[in-house]
Amino acid sequence: MKILVPVKRVIDANVRVRVNSDQTGVELANVKMAMNPFCEIAVEEALRLKEAGHADEVIVVSAGPDKAQETIRTGLAMGADRGVHIQTDDTLEPLTIAKMLKAVAEKEGTDLIVLGKQSIDDDNNQTGQMLAALMGRPLGSYISSIEKNDGGFEIVREIDAGLEKLQITSPAVVTADLRLNEPRYASLPNIMKAKKKPIDAMSPADLGVEVSNRLQTVKVVEPPAREAGVMVSGASELVDKLRNEAKVI
Amino acid sequence: MSVLVIAEHDGSQLSPGTLNTVTAASKVGGDVHVLVAGNGVSDIAAACAKIGGVSKVLAADGASYANDITENVASLVNAHVGDYSHVMAPASTFGKALVPYAAALADCQSISDISEVVDAETFVRPIYAGNAMATVKSSDATKFITVRTTSFELADDASGSAEVSNIDDAGATDWVQFIEQMLSQSERPELTSAKIVVSGGRGMQNGENFAMLEKLADTLGGAVGASRAAVDAGFVPNDYQVGQTGKVVAPDLYVAIGISGAIQHLAGMKDSKVIVAINNDEEAPIFQVSDFGWNEDLFTAVPALQAELDQ
Ligand SMILES: Cc1cc2nc3c(=O)[nH]c(=O)nc-3n(C[C@H](O)[C@H](O)[C@H](O)COP(=O)(O)OP(=O)(O)OC[C@H]3O[C@@H](n4cnc5c(N)ncnc54)[C@H](O)[C@@H]3O)c2cc1C
Ligand SMILES: Nc1ncnc2c1ncn2[C@@H]1O[C@H](COP(=O)(O)O)[C@@H](O)[C@H]1O
Repeated sequence: MKILVPVKRVIDANVRVRVNSDQTGVELANVKMAMNPFCEIAVEEALRLKEAGHADEVIVVSAGPDKAQETIRTGLAMGADRGVHIQTDDTLEPLTIAKMLKAVAEKEGTDLIVLGKQSIDDDNNQTGQMLAALMGRPLGSYISSIEKNDGGFEIVREIDAGLEKLQITSPAVVTADLRLNEPRYASLPNIMKAKKKPIDAMSPADLGVEVSNRLQTVKVVEPPAREAGVMVSGASELVDKLRNEAKVI
Repeated sequence: MSVLVIAEHDGSQLSPGTLNTVTAASKVGGDVHVLVAGNGVSDIAAACAKIGGVSKVLAADGASYANDITENVASLVNAHVGDYSHVMAPASTFGKALVPYAAALADCQSISDISEVVDAETFVRPIYAGNAMATVKSSDATKFITVRTTSFELADDASGSAEVSNIDDAGATDWVQFIEQMLSQSERPELTSAKIVVSGGRGMQNGENFAMLEKLADTLGGAVGASRAAVDAGFVPNDYQVGQTGKVVAPDLYVAIGISGAIQHLAGMKDSKVIVAINNDEEAPIFQVSDFGWNEDLFTAVPALQAELDQ
């Protein structure tokens, strides 16, 4: 079995993000970047399936500018076998990304595609769903476990009311939720080894996809700020304020 | 212009999020129709027909829709999408899985988690865990949208008298087989629509200690939530998680107990009307967004608060 893991380069989750001065996006200069945390979980799960003997090869793919190669290297350092870089400086929407990922998956003949459920910059939560729809393959969204079996995969999904277990056929598209696993750190020797692993570069046009955006960002602004209120020193003071001042209980 | 709202329900009850979504749909202008898919949905279809502002209910009744299988509901939506300028669903796990899937089938780019309708093409949505608000304009023929339910009022669920029309089952995929659901059982109000939420974090130390918060929530008539750290540690189930990648809540009162206030947690609760924080670290970031902060050990504060309320 071949597993494809799409990964995205995003602003590190610990960075305090600020809107830029011309209100077109957020400040990106000198900001620490990292692999999207949900993509790390996706890579980890693919590696575990390989280590359990269910897969022969794990391929990481990222679409974006040259720097996306750093993120691919992170995946290779974790243990993925090779990388695919879809090189473009254009702004990419999930639909376009899904079209490109479909082309890569079909070219590679992958049996399983593991994505993150959400990128923490745009908070889209869309690409995996779109990819499954375009490919006409089953979707396992928000999974917290996956097991390979004869019929395909048994997955458990995190849903608003609890958990849901489904059996889906292979090839399949799944998206990783937080509780799927705890991703490993790349060791120094593996980081060195990753430098020698191959990354295949291509353009969207090579994949037969035209980048055409449907959404125009009109402006980006700071959210309304919340002011810190007062400190209380005991239960009776708190209850009094909630009852008589805020009137919420 | 006409908007198709996809109803969310559990087989017996319509989710309140559907009512918030109808309000968002009404702001677009034009007719609002509601699509209900399920196995035995006549009662829910009747409930949808009573929602104020809804002029038509499309009811698809069939075994294909017994368990919100994304593929099946998406094909159904797709069979009707030609009649609509907008398709909207609540940004719940149901809607978040469904809407992008259906959008891709129609070659459209969906818009996630909108918090404001500016006009029929333009919407505001939070990005970067709510650290920025983006206004986006869509050029798609049909706008596929998930709605941040806490940003819109509940539509009234009694004044409507829409016609209900039955639509054909669009069939079921054989790729996906439902096995079971493991649902959290609770008598408490549902987290995303509760008026009061009492949430615990890593500071709770273990699952047993959450009994204190359950008692407090029951006294206040509220729901219990948690931070990711508390869920990851196994104190409480996954469906308690509030935050950027969990549930978004905006109750009248949110009580954060033993929660530091990481940006990812704030993303899910900072629109609450009144925030109370109980934390023994006076530097905890949660105090910067709370209306009432109490710098105290929670194992002292929570029993004291309970005793005060019990009086
Ligand atoms: C991709 C990603 C997604 C995430 N999504 C979410 C999300 O949706 N929701 C979410 O909540 N987090 C999310 N997080 C995690 C988030 O970054 C924080 O790690 C998490 O919110 C911390 O939870 P906490 O406040 O319970 O724990 P901590 O940060 O460890 O805080 C515990 C607090 O309890 C206090 N405390 C300890 N003991 C006591 C005591 N006896 N009395 C009083 N106070 C006490 C401490 O002072 C501290 O402030 C996400 C992170 C990532 C990277
Ligand atoms: N530019 C990209 N290149 C490769 N994969 C991506 C890219 N953007 C998103 N993805 C994948 O899609 C998942 C969900 O992203 P999103 O739909 O943007 O929230 C991510 O976790 C990745 O697995």
